[in-house]
Amino acid sequence: MIAATNISVRLGDRQVLAGVSASFAAGAITAIVGPNGAGKSTLLSVLAGLRRPDRGKVELDGADLHGLAPRARAQCLAFLPQIPEVAWGIEVRTLVALGRTPFTGARGLSAEDEAAVDRAIATARVGNLAHRNVLTLSGGERARVLLARALAGEPRWLLADEPLTGLDPGHQLDAADLMLGLAAEGKGVIVTLHDLHMALRIASQVIVLTDGRVAAAGPARAALTPEILRAAYGVESRMWDGEHGPVIEVIGRG
Amino acid sequence: MNSRPSLILALASLVAVLALVSWCVGKVWVPFDVWLHAGDDPRWAIIFSLRLPRTILGIFVGMALGLSGAALQGYTRNPLADPAVFGVSSMASLGAVMTLYLSTMIPWLVPAGGMLGAGVGVAILLGLSGATSSVLTFILAGVILNAVASAGVALALNLAPTPWAVNEIVNWLMGSLADRSAGEVQFAVPFIVAGCALLLMTAKALDALTLGETGAQSLGVSLSRLRFLLAIGTGLSVGASVAVTGMIGFVGLVAPHLLRPFVAARPGALLLPSAIAGAAVVLAGDIVARLIPTPVELKLGVAMAALGGPFFLAMLFNMRRRIA
Repeated sequence: MIAATNISVRLGDRQVLAGVSASFAAGAITAIVGPNGAGKSTLLSVLAGLRRPDRGKVELDGADLHGLAPRARAQCLAFLPQIPEVAWGIEVRTLVALGRTPFTGARGLSAEDEAAVDRAIATARVGNLAHRNVLTLSGGERARVLLARALAGEPRWLLADEPLTGLDPGHQLDAADLMLGLAAEGKGVIVTLHDLHMALRIASQVIVLTDGRVAAAGPARAALTPEILRAAYGVESRMWDGEHGPVIEVIGRG
Repeated sequence: MNSRPSLILALASLVAVLALVSWCVGKVWVPFDVWLHAGDDPRWAIIFSLRLPRTILGIFVGMALGLSGAALQGYTRNPLADPAVFGVSSMASLGAVMTLYLSTMIPWLVPAGGMLGAGVGVAILLGLSGATSSVLTFILAGVILNAVASAGVALALNLAPTPWAVNEIVNWLMGSLADRSAGEVQFAVPFIVAGCALLLMTAKALDALTLGETGAQSLGVSLSRLRFLLAIGTGLSVGASVAVTGMIGFVGLVAPHLLRPFVAARPGALLLPSAIAGAAVVLAGDIVARLIPTPVELKLGVAMAALGGPFFLAMLFNMRRRIA
């Protein structure tokens, strides 16, 4: 379990997060939603141990996350940034293998590392891209390859900043299935999402963030009600049970 | 990736051949039977007191420049970075140039001043970039240091007491391996080796940095450790190189650039081959500089700059073809 208590972060003269408390269960997907600039990405980077909050603390299974050695933290927690940066035209498989960095020593990849890389490539279904140059991939292909990179470390926690943005509907469903699969294996998944319908479908917990505060938190159906979405986004919406599960329809500006 | 050992072997053989040529070649041809008879022929001194130190220095200086170029390109994630970016070489120049003001003629004074300048440069660099782990602040600190140190060198020229001193400074700045003694080799090589060892330790972090700063940090890479290794590593290796040879540009830029396709663009795998290729480039440049018949021997720094222009032109055309 990851537990965040009273997290506050200031960037320049802006209070990006103001006393956020939330807990995230393993074996489930938790979605963080909210309007642009609500502090979703900042919260995620704090939860990933990459940004030390000005106040508050994050505990990973009872231990102070920001007190962990970076390597130990990286071994159990994978982070997928929102803007997928790749500097050099390396081969896709080499890129995925970078996910093993927290495990490798000076000798490079062990047989065990290679096997984990193969599994990650298979799970993310990017085998057909394995020998391509990363810089020649499309945006969506690159996002899937980077997801494979995050899986290569076989982390207990996956923290992904808008992992579905830029994927076509088919690959969105693949990625969603993949995260559901991780949760079913008992791993924890925390994602920020803009697609409320997707949040409703895959997340068992939803945290609605507005202006750096938690506006609502709870099971997806309880946290994505029309009242809460009106207050958070200023939109009218309705939720109903469709033939294939619950549906959120955003009707328009209120 | 499996081709990397053979790449390293090929480059090492190239360096071996060039080193042999560099040892044999010059204005005076020395027959091989003279090589075996120590002392009784003045030409023996040419071989062992003049050319051998020059060859050895060429190898190590080239290694330092090629390796630091590859490491800094990996760190900045920019193929146009070279050791001069961080201002360490300018600071070493400044340190060396300041000693030319002192009227004493102690031979080791210039390299010592250069090394001191490089050390001060590294300290300022780490101080300026502060406790943040951002690559950008580090580069900015380097740019500032470079600008200030270059201005300092210009000031030294401006205030030089005699035209003779100006001449001396300019001559030294142009960079050359000529007339270096065994003493200078003994001075520079330990620093260069230590610096290179530190730089070679950055391979894994540089690979991870392919994913950007956030990506690297999320993989458990400590960017402040990386920055420390880079600053001290370039300070020692490039500082010592500049201190004994003056400014030799272009090597740190071209060696990694030429080899990148051979290591599938992996920044960490590029380090060692770039070091060896750097040695080859410096040796080759020095041989060319020696063989071109000019009234005064061509300076290596000048020869390198003359090679650099066409190289960038070819790079530009190549890039335009790819984009268009």
